Amino acid sequence: MLEYRVEIALWAISGIIPFFMLNIWTNNNLNEAINISNLMLSRYFLCAFLVRQFSVVWVVFSFEEDSLMGKVSPYLIQPINPFFRYFAQHIAEQITRFPFAFIIVFLFFIFNPEIIWIPNFGVLLLATISTFLSFLIQFLIQSIVACLCFWTEKASSVERLLFIPTLFLSGLLAPVVSFPEYVKSWIYLTPFPYLIDFPANLLSGNSTNITRGFFMQILWILLLLPVFKKIWSLGTKKYTAMGS
Amino acid sequence: MEKNIIYVKNLSKSFDVSSKEPGLKGTIKHFFKRKTTSLKVIKNISFEIKEGEIVGFLGANGAGKTTILKMLCGLIYPTEGSISVSGYLPYRRKENFLKNITLIMGQKQQLLWDLPPIESFYLNASIYDLDKLEAKKRINKLSEMLEIDDDLFKPVRKLSLGQRMKSELLAALIHKPNILFLDEPTLGLDINAQRNLRNFLQKYNKETNATICLTSHYMKDITSLCKRVICVHNGSISYDGKLDLLLKKLSPVKEILIICRSESDAIKLEKSGFMVKNKRKNEITLKVENKSITSSLKAILNNFDIEDLYINEPPIDEIIGKILIKKDCSI
Repeated sequence: MLEYRVEIALWAISGIIPFFMLNIWTNNNLNEAINISNLMLSRYFLCAFLVRQFSVVWVVFSFEEDSLMGKVSPYLIQPINPFFRYFAQHIAEQITRFPFAFIIVFLFFIFNPEIIWIPNFGVLLLATISTFLSFLIQFLIQSIVACLCFWTEKASSVERLLFIPTLFLSGLLAPVVSFPEYVKSWIYLTPFPYLIDFPANLLSGNSTNITRGFFMQILWILLLLPVFKKIWSLGTKKYTAMGS
Repeated sequence: MEKNIIYVKNLSKSFDVSSKEPGLKGTIKHFFKRKTTSLKVIKNISFEIKEGEIVGFLGANGAGKTTILKMLCGLIYPTEGSISVSGYLPYRRKENFLKNITLIMGQKQQLLWDLPPIESFYLNASIYDLDKLEAKKRINKLSEMLEIDDDLFKPVRKLSLGQRMKSELLAALIHKPNILFLDEPTLGLDINAQRNLRNFLQKYNKETNATICLTSHYMKDITSLCKRVICVHNGSISYDGKLDLLLKKLSPVKEILIICRSESDAIKLEKSGFMVKNKRKNEITLKVENKSITSSLKAILNNFDIEDLYINEPPIDEIIGKILIKKDCSI
């Protein structure tokens, strides 16, 4: 991934939606409605940025392109599931993103010194684990959608449908706590709040239910894994080795 | 005697193909009600291949050669019939089976585009559970055989097509497969690169006794590598046997170019009862049946004043061209 340093730097910068949202929230004093201080909200959106940087997934687009170009064929006859390749690519890129993401955090701290805080080791460890679990959930969801390429050829359109709930319910635009009580109870049953909201709250020191968060993350992984395995096995039976 | 390693019996493959009428009306109709038809591209074929054999699959575009290779290597599921490669059902893609085979498709690459080939080789070595030392040994040996030592450290995108193809081959052979499926491996290569690749495949087959199934539109690939060919026509096998027998059958005559000392000798020869293809001044080209070539030559040399003569085989491409459009080439 080091071959694409500039591309990765641009990707890291392009993930600054949480900073825009922070601006909207603080300039309109919206934080008062949900009883969170400006300081904690700023930390939340900074952490949302970091979690997003290290959990973003694009496997559906890579697989779709490889599938349409006939590149999946050589991978399929190797004694390893091709999704391990994509998984390794994602991990490699996450490692490469580290310096760029931290430069952005550093700049954020320079302009907002009152926000600086250093989470303790335990929090850092739990947040890292929950970010990785969030990445796993997203990777599995997208891999399942990617497998639809065996039937539809354009699985990325299905992913775009999923992008909308991910955007609104994950905590990227607003902390989930800002939703009405009855909506929240439903949202917490979906995988979305555990993608950004839970790890970001954990890292920023905002209040969150740690046990429920990890339980739901692991539960969703355990539910999605067999679905992926099944759809993969059905899909490869349908494979026509298009484009080769 | 070599044992059979590939068994194919009554194998068929069908694909669902959707069709659409042109224009806006057709597009709207296609959106609401798709018309799909099942197309049988492989029809009830059977054959066996021995260990160490090099077999060429011949056929026109769309005849089904590549589909057969894809089923043999387990890339696609057969619709009907049975298939066994090295004792495995290929479509189950068991680890031990996959470690035994390789598939190379001309122009389709598995090398990482922006990295030097050596990185892809080591990645493949890890995928196939080779330790670093063994991988290094194999890379050195294969790169020596393929003569690509200098190109291993340049990014793939900077390599020529020939160098890339050789690197593809190395990446595909690093795990020492026993069975090679090669789909037009010399596609787009220049004459020298084609020859080098053929020499390499011959050497690899000789050294490892690997079985090679090959498709190619370059007849030189087929004639220099394959003793046996399987001709595929419209999804069925129209011939399965020795290449030289097929060539003899489809080309029963040879052409003899005779240069006479004078034009009058050429005119006399023209009227002597031989089948004449063409005549120009003192040069005359005759068509003579293979079985009577010796007696005909004897008669010509005894009765006419000949300055020089050449015996020409008809161009192999022409003969193979005939095979591609024939439904049945049985001898």
